[in-house]
Amino acid sequence: MTALAVLTTGLLTASIVLIFFYAPVDADGLNQKIFYFHVPIALTSYACFGWGGLKAFLHLWKRPPGADLESYVAIHQGVIFGALTLVTGSIWAKVRWGTWWTWSDEQLVLFLVLFLFYCAYFMLRYSVDPGPQRANLSAVYALFGVVLIPISFMAIRLANSYIHPTVFKSSGPDMATSQLATFCVAWAAMLSLAYFLYRFELAGKKLDANLKELRELLA
Amino acid sequence: MTTEEKYVAAAYLVVFLVVLIYVVIMAAKLTRLGAAVAELTELARDRKRSGEPPAKPAPKQVKVG
Repeated sequence: MTALAVLTTGLLTASIVLIFFYAPVDADGLNQKIFYFHVPIALTSYACFGWGGLKAFLHLWKRPPGADLESYVAIHQGVIFGALTLVTGSIWAKVRWGTWWTWSDEQLVLFLVLFLFYCAYFMLRYSVDPGPQRANLSAVYALFGVVLIPISFMAIRLANSYIHPTVFKSSGPDMATSQLATFCVAWAAMLSLAYFLYRFELAGKKLDANLKELRELLA
Repeated sequence: MTTEEKYVAAAYLVVFLVVLIYVVIMAAKLTRLGAAVAELTELARDRKRSGEPPAKPAPKQVKVG
């Protein structure tokens, strides 16, 4: 955990330095600096939801101990990163489009749908008493959400008319090498941060579960 | 500071604050769990003590000479 924390701090510091002192300012102006955190955060939230879906699938298939808890923590991370995606995206949009939100952009709306879908995961989870039934229901719900990830990601590429900028095209990334390098470091930093927070929260949840069991045994 | 700079700063500040609040909440939770571990350890020790036969009293030291 300590090594992971050091790695995450190092990557975050490096990404901040690269974003503000190395990557050039392009036609979008200074506002483009938000892109280096906004897009990696969005991709990390997809990764968290995907990881949560994978753990949910494993729970239903092989039932390894702890898969349900791992799926829950991954989805929790995904929702946090999803909220950050929406907030940083809205700030970017306010400068570029002059509005915090627009309903005419498919990717924005689909990301919001994905985010709200996984927010509802917690409502479902906490409306059922702890036990196998709750774990199974949560896993099935988490798996349904995975379907929305490629739809949300591909929406902008499949849409006929859109206003959301696209950087990664089928022909390759539409940016300078220095910008791509900065983006990759920022993405690595976000993935590392998400993994650290995942391990951190998971350790707390496991400890909490063990303590509850111990308390019952000692009662 | 221009409006654009303010918005960029706000975006990065939001990310930093959310991560900081999350870490503080998790750290507080771990502290609470640590206290619960200490409490349960004490309870287990008490149980062990009460379950064991009473220990023989230590011989009283008497001054000789």
